[in-house]
Amino acid sequence: MKLSDLVKEFGLEVKTGSGHLDREATSGYVSDLLSDVLAHADEGTLWVTLHIHQNIVAVASHKDLSGIILVQGRQPEKDTIAKAEEEGIPVMVSGLSAFELVGRLYKAGIRGAEAH
Amino acid sequence: MTKTQEMAYEITVGEVMSTTIFTIRPDQTMADLSLLLRDNRISGTPVVENGKLVGMVSMADLVNALGNNEINAFVRDKMTRTVECLYSDELLVHCLAKFSKYRFRRYPVLDHNEQLVGILTKGNVVEGLLKKLEIEYTQTESKVNEDDQRPAMSQLFQDVIADEISFCLKYYVEGQTLKSAGKAASELKNALKKLGVTAPTLRRIGVATYEAEINLASYTTGGEILAQIDKGWIIVQAIDNGPGIPDVERAMQPGYSTAPDWVRELGFGAGMGLVNMRKCSDEMNLTSSVPEGTRLTMKFYFTS
Repeated sequence: MKLSDLVKEFGLEVKTGSGHLDREATSGYVSDLLSDVLAHADEGTLWVTLHIHQNIVAVASHKDLSGIILVQGRQPEKDTIAKAEEEGIPVMVSGLSAFELVGRLYKAGIRGAEAH
Repeated sequence: MTKTQEMAYEITVGEVMSTTIFTIRPDQTMADLSLLLRDNRISGTPVVENGKLVGMVSMADLVNALGNNEINAFVRDKMTRTVECLYSDELLVHCLAKFSKYRFRRYPVLDHNEQLVGILTKGNVVEGLLKKLEIEYTQTESKVNEDDQRPAMSQLFQDVIADEISFCLKYYVEGQTLKSAGKAASELKNALKKLGVTAPTLRRIGVATYEAEINLASYTTGGEILAQIDKGWIIVQAIDNGPGIPDVERAMQPGYSTAPDWVRELGFGAGMGLVNMRKCSDEMNLTSSVPEGTRLTMKFYFTS
């Protein structure tokens, strides 16, 4: 599923990377431990997290993730926005909690990144 | 421009058309057409008379004929006479324009002697693009021929004559703050990308270096990331000035962490950093002494 479709369907607020929303979210991963994401997310994975600091952009960039969704309406920090724009990483915000959001993403056809 | 659009400029009609052609003559009947379509599982076909293309006839024409009880009518009376043809050496991008202009489902393909050589449908185009995408994907992701894919680096190693060649990139990492942590890893990654290191290896090096850099920033008074690039491998070292790790063996255990709260609050310090580094690198070595400092060495082979 394309990020742009997810934005429409779940009313996500696009904070950065609006020019990269044609990317395909090939799988999903939810975690607030950055090393865990580095270990288990794949190229193209959509990452759901509550972190708003700029290190999430580095993680997304190193793993070639398709995008990041921040939950509970949390707004990215200023540095995060600047870095995400620079690296071309879409950061989106959802008002839902992680559990609710992931449930809906799953229902929309997105499956977990393969455990490895 | 998307990758697919780009490829439409590289592929010719002849490369993707289907060359198994069924034809019908204008003096055959619509009943003959129905058998031809059924037996070959096709939905339309060119009408050819004395080797010359004179029209196209389709399932839609057959359905219309059936509705009017004209199953025994001649093909010549039911076919479409204005035919849009393509040439086998035309680029796909031109035929895509024709597709949206004329909205026919299939186009006869001619060579420059006006001989019918194939049929092109949207299905052929999609299949052709997918095949090309797959080939390009395999080429970029393949590890086997990685040497061929590092033009910048291969060139350097070819042009410069020495018994051994290796060069170093050094990045300084500030300690006790995660503010700009990740900068060294991302700069190294960009440098290697420019040198032509390809996706899978680049990702491994990027992730492992990032974790090493996070450790320098979280636990030490500062240090450096040193990347030594050789013909067949790269060695990344993270070297700091203390305080050193008292129990290296324990530090290597998954889940073991001494991270302070401020590190954990930022989502690090789960005791997985060293585990990730070992997983990403081909060889890893960690030596440390208290309070002098720690040296982490990771080796990545370009062909693994």
